[in-house]
Amino acid sequence: MGNGTELGRVRGLGSAKEGTHHWWSQRVTAASNLFLMVWFFIAIARLPAYDYETVRAWLSSPWAAVPLLLLIVSVFYHFRLGLQVLIEDYQKGTSRVVLLLALNFFTVGTAAIALFAILKVAFTVTGAAHG
Amino acid sequence: MASPSSTRTARARPLSPHLSVWKPGPAMIVSILHRITGDGMATVGTVVLVWWLAAISGGAASYATFEHVFMEFWGGAIGYLFGIGLTLSFFQHLATGVRHFVLDVGANYDLKGNRAGSIATMLFSVLATAAFWAYLTMVK
Repeated sequence: MGNGTELGRVRGLGSAKEGTHHWWSQRVTAASNLFLMVWFFIAIARLPAYDYETVRAWLSSPWAAVPLLLLIVSVFYHFRLGLQVLIEDYQKGTSRVVLLLALNFFTVGTAAIALFAILKVAFTVTGAAHG
Repeated sequence: MASPSSTRTARARPLSPHLSVWKPGPAMIVSILHRITGDGMATVGTVVLVWWLAAISGGAASYATFEHVFMEFWGGAIGYLFGIGLTLSFFQHLATGVRHFVLDVGANYDLKGNRAGSIATMLFSVLATAAFWAYLTMVK
C-alpha cells in the first residue's frame, strides 16, 4: 500500500478497481449464512418425517419458504465468491476465463431452479388447505 | 536497473516456499479443510440441495425418485454418505469460518491459542455431526 496517485489512495480501490468488495461481501454472507444454515439444520432435525407429504407441507409454510429463499441467495452468493477464489488460485489463461464464466452460469442456473421450486410449492394451493 | 538478469538468459525464478518445507500443524490442516469443505458443499451440496427442492416442487413422483436414490437404494447408503459428509463439511466450515472472523479482527495469533482454536474446530465438527445424526437416527 502507499503507492499510486493521491486520488487512487483516497478511493482505495487498487488496480482491480474493486478494493475490498469481494472480501467484505464474503464476510457479510458468511454472517448471514451462519444464522440461516443453523436455522436450516434445526428445521430439518425438527421435521417429524421426510416423506413427500410432510416435506411439502413444511415447505409451503412462509416460515420455511422465506428463510429458505434468503438462504439460497446468501449461500449461493457466498459459494460463488469462494469458488471464484479456488479457480483464481489454481487456473490461469483460457481455462480460468472459461471456468469463471461456467461458475456464473452454474450459480445463476442452480439458484433459479432452487428459488422457482420454493416459490412454486409456497404459492401452490393444495386441496387439503381448501377442502 | 542493472542486475545479473540483464544478460537476457531465462533464469529459474525463485519460488515461494511450498508444501514440502512446512511441518504440518493444526492451523495448516484446518485452513485446507476450510477450502475443501467449502468448495465441496458449493458443488456437491448445491446439487443435492437443488435436487431435493426441485423434487419437492415436482410432485410425489419426482420426490419418490429422490427418496429412492438417497433413502432406499443400498439401504440408504448414498443418503448416509452424502448426508453425513455434508453435515461434517458444514460444521467444519462453520467452525473454521468463525475462526476466520476471530483472525479478521486481529485476535488469537499467538501460537498456543491459534493451535488450540484450530484443534477446537475439528473437535466441534466431529462432535456436532455425531450429535446431529444420533438425533436423526436414534432419538426420532
